[in-house]
Amino acid sequence: MQNWYMLTLVGRDRPGIVAEVSRVLFDAGGNLGEASMARLGGNFTVMIMLQISSEKEEVENLLNPLADQLKLFVHVDKIIGDLHHHVDPNFRLSVHGADQAGIVAAVTGSLALLEFNILNLESDVGGTPEKPIYIMHIEGFADCSLSSLEKSLQPLISEKGIVVHLFPIDTMVG
Amino acid sequence: MVQLEILVYPDDRLRQVSQPVKAVDDKITGFIADLEETLSSQPGCVGIAAPQVGNFLRIIIVDVSSRPQHKNHGHLVLINPVITSKKGSSVGREGCLSVPDYTGKVNRSQFIEVKALNRFGSKVAFQMEGYEARAIQHEIDHLDGKLFIDNLVGNRNSLKKRNEL
Ligand SMILES: [Zn+2]
Repeated sequence: MQNWYMLTLVGRDRPGIVAEVSRVLFDAGGNLGEASMARLGGNFTVMIMLQISSEKEEVENLLNPLADQLKLFVHVDKIIGDLHHHVDPNFRLSVHGADQAGIVAAVTGSLALLEFNILNLESDVGGTPEKPIYIMHIEGFADCSLSSLEKSLQPLISEKGIVVHLFPIDTMVG
Repeated sequence: MVQLEILVYPDDRLRQVSQPVKAVDDKITGFIADLEETLSSQPGCVGIAAPQVGNFLRIIIVDVSSRPQHKNHGHLVLINPVITSKKGSSVGREGCLSVPDYTGKVNRSQFIEVKALNRFGSKVAFQMEGYEARAIQHEIDHLDGKLFIDNLVGNRNSLKKRNEL
């Protein structure tokens, strides 16, 4: 029987990690689904959907030697592999400002009030150590108007002194 | 009129370059009616190209009138379309009948001028921008065997304001 797992791998970044991990999984008869890798603060992070006939423990045993060698934290969760049901975003936000506690909570809190479903979130800390800046991009779906989103975000723009650009996404299908 | 079957990636036929229409005769007119029927059976879809249904002729249909927030020229049947000038660029999200369950960002010209024959074989020319111009460029790419997934742009966004329409 084929099972789906979500693998989470975290460690110091160096070239070749994805290649080695995917080779081990392929050699064991695994099939990769969707994956997302990012380098966050110099750390290698990846989440990979894996389809394989093995049980959870066997997947862990498969990855452990590599995890030791590459000094990676590995975490395996059994999941439902719900492919072929992508939800398209209809709004995009860019947020930036001086790095300060609470930007993410404030912005996503306002969005959650409108049942905005975040489909993709990426944030970076740029600038210098003395003057860090925070930059965040969000794409998601909400069944509401652009103006109601703007209205809900307005108070925190003035309160936090951050810049929020909000754009509708109208996917052209042809 | 009949609904035609849509070719789906990775079908090699989507890579074929389509040939110009020599004469707009009854056969072509009949095919256009079928292509229109096929397009209208796809909710939310604003364009279709003949090669998507396995007819490798340079014919496209674009109709953005269901989205009045975007400037448009209504229902357009374009035969042998050629982009004669283009200006500016914009990144926007696209999907395709031939690439189910995937959408991605593509860079296109913001303004274009397109010349073609209409369904009666008369010469027509349009100046377009934004969403409608994007649709035309997407469909003309199909005539040249190209798909939007050949031209995806990265996911990490720049801070620059973009037209993502
Ligand atoms: Zn298409």
